[in-house]
Amino acid sequence: MSVMTPDPPSKGRIDVDNFALSYDTLEGPVEAVCNASIHVNPGEFVSIVGPSGCGKSTLLNAVAGFLKPTKGGVTVDGEAVDGPGADRGMVFQQYSLFPWKTVKGNVEFGLKMKHLDKSSRDRAARTLLGLAGLTAFENKYPDSLSGGMKQRVGIVRALATGPKVLLLDEPFGALDAQTRVIMQQILTNMWQRLKISVLFVTHDIDEAIFLSDRVYCMTARPGAIKAEITIPLERPRHQSMMMSSEFLGLRRGLMSLIREESIKAMGGELNDLALDGLSIDLHGQSLADVL
Amino acid sequence: MESIALRREQQTAAEPATGAEPSYAPTVQSQGGAPPQFALYLRRWLALNRSGLRAVLIGAISLALFLLAWHLLTEYRVVFFVRFTNVPSPSAVYESLTRAMHDSTFFMHVILSCRRILFGFSLAALIAVPLGLVMGRFRLAHEILFPITEVLRPIPAIAWVPMAIMLWPTNEQSIIYITFLGSFFPILVNTLHGMSLVDPVLVRAAQCLGAREMSIFREVYFPASLPHIFTGLTVGMGVAWVSLIAAEMISGQFGIGYFTWEAYSLVQYADIALGMICIGVLGLGSSALIRGFGRLVMPWSRT
Ligand SMILES: Nc1ncnc2c1ncn2[C@@H]1O[C@H](COP(=O)(O)OP(=O)(O)O)[C@@H](O)[C@H]1O
Ligand SMILES: [Mg+2]
Repeated sequence: MSVMTPDPPSKGRIDVDNFALSYDTLEGPVEAVCNASIHVNPGEFVSIVGPSGCGKSTLLNAVAGFLKPTKGGVTVDGEAVDGPGADRGMVFQQYSLFPWKTVKGNVEFGLKMKHLDKSSRDRAARTLLGLAGLTAFENKYPDSLSGGMKQRVGIVRALATGPKVLLLDEPFGALDAQTRVIMQQILTNMWQRLKISVLFVTHDIDEAIFLSDRVYCMTARPGAIKAEITIPLERPRHQSMMMSSEFLGLRRGLMSLIREESIKAMGGELNDLALDGLSIDLHGQSLADVL
Repeated sequence: MESIALRREQQTAAEPATGAEPSYAPTVQSQGGAPPQFALYLRRWLALNRSGLRAVLIGAISLALFLLAWHLLTEYRVVFFVRFTNVPSPSAVYESLTRAMHDSTFFMHVILSCRRILFGFSLAALIAVPLGLVMGRFRLAHEILFPITEVLRPIPAIAWVPMAIMLWPTNEQSIIYITFLGSFFPILVNTLHGMSLVDPVLVRAAQCLGAREMSIFREVYFPASLPHIFTGLTVGMGVAWVSLIAAEMISGQFGIGYFTWEAYSLVQYADIALGMICIGVLGLGSSALIRGFGRLVMPWSRT
């Protein structure tokens, strides 16, 4: 897409075809995702947005290899996904750093699993931590870090093994607005440097538009792909673009798509007018926070 | 989600506040030199540890009052439901302590008890911890072994005394066996509990980083359960002493429990209190040892 690289990356293609997954429960199978198809080109940044509970995490966990599709297939570079592996890095919303390892220990973990020797592990970890501005904290334990720092470590840890794709499940959902903006910038920088494919799950529309080359919008459960939107904003992107008419136009479009689905997800009983007022209010506030 | 964000913000906001230097700090620092620096540290240390010092002070006073009460109750041989007529006074106990200090048999009793604890408890830890880890990780192992442990667990170690005497050829072995049993189940149960609380997201994170079964076991399950394992070790150490003393009193030759019981038979009442205090100190010391060891192997849990 608009990736500005002289030689486009050749690895990291994700294909999810006619994907369906249902959970077995006491009340019978619950269909979380039905008939979703998405693809991510090598080096592309793709987001999935959708109302809460629509199956975004389910889809992402299937790509990570934690869940087996009930129907359809998931392939990465043409190879069917069979269980989790270091070729697909994952970043979780709950940070999920190992509390018993220092920042550096966390980052080195994947390399240790690859049986790299201590000195090259050390070198790689230091380089990456430097990139993320975490050098001063390399010997700290995660419990003493702020949420933003923890998630930076989480991203660096996932990138340390040199995965082909990076999967992120609402990674900035627990962060405050200011920290989130900084984290988005850091993620963008790392993505551009490492030329890696990214599949990013979020419920934040601004975040999805600002970061992505393409955005998939999912329907309420059972989740299917409702729309696929290409984001033609040029790169590198700046915060000021979030005020451009182009951005706001995209935002308005995605917003109305999501709102329909959110109402469906909440049971469809809410007064649309009241919800309309609510979303405009929230919008003003979040935008003010961001700027 | 918002509440999480809020909590985190409060945490980070609170950190600098507690670690903040008192307002007079900069002026003192600007004078430079080593002595004011030391005085400053001392003052800061005092300010930061005020509540701790207070606790130590009040604790010391409270202990002194306890000693005083003991002294008065025994001095005047108070009889008020409880009879203090034959209870040794603190000074009598101190006397017998000084006598015991020059007596190698007393030390032999203490050392024998410590050795029994060391063998019984170490054996329990070496078996219960790996067993708990395996049972926590592999369902089949849990399904097979859990019913057995649940049936045996409610039986107090003391109830094993006759059986232990039949099972083991020597008295020493059966006492160690009783001690082992006492600490075994608390360690096992706490290890199992720790394993059941391991955050599955951490396991997933490890898998995504290329960790295989053995590595996940070693790098995730084990360290994640360590805090609970140490809770189990601390509890197990306490129960080990309880079981040991009871076993020594019932079937023992030698040991501090036997010493205490024998003092009663020989009408050396001061030695009873000496034995009791000695048992208390040994129990306290051994749990402090475990706590210290725990802090050593879990540096992350210390902030
Ligand atoms: N283990 C599970 N068992 C049963 N239902 C589940 C399970 N996990 C998720 N679900 C259901 O599947 C749907 C999709 O979940 P999820 O993928 O987590 O949604 P999202 O990430 O978009 O919020 C939800 O409605 C949820 O209730
Ligand atoms: Mg989710």
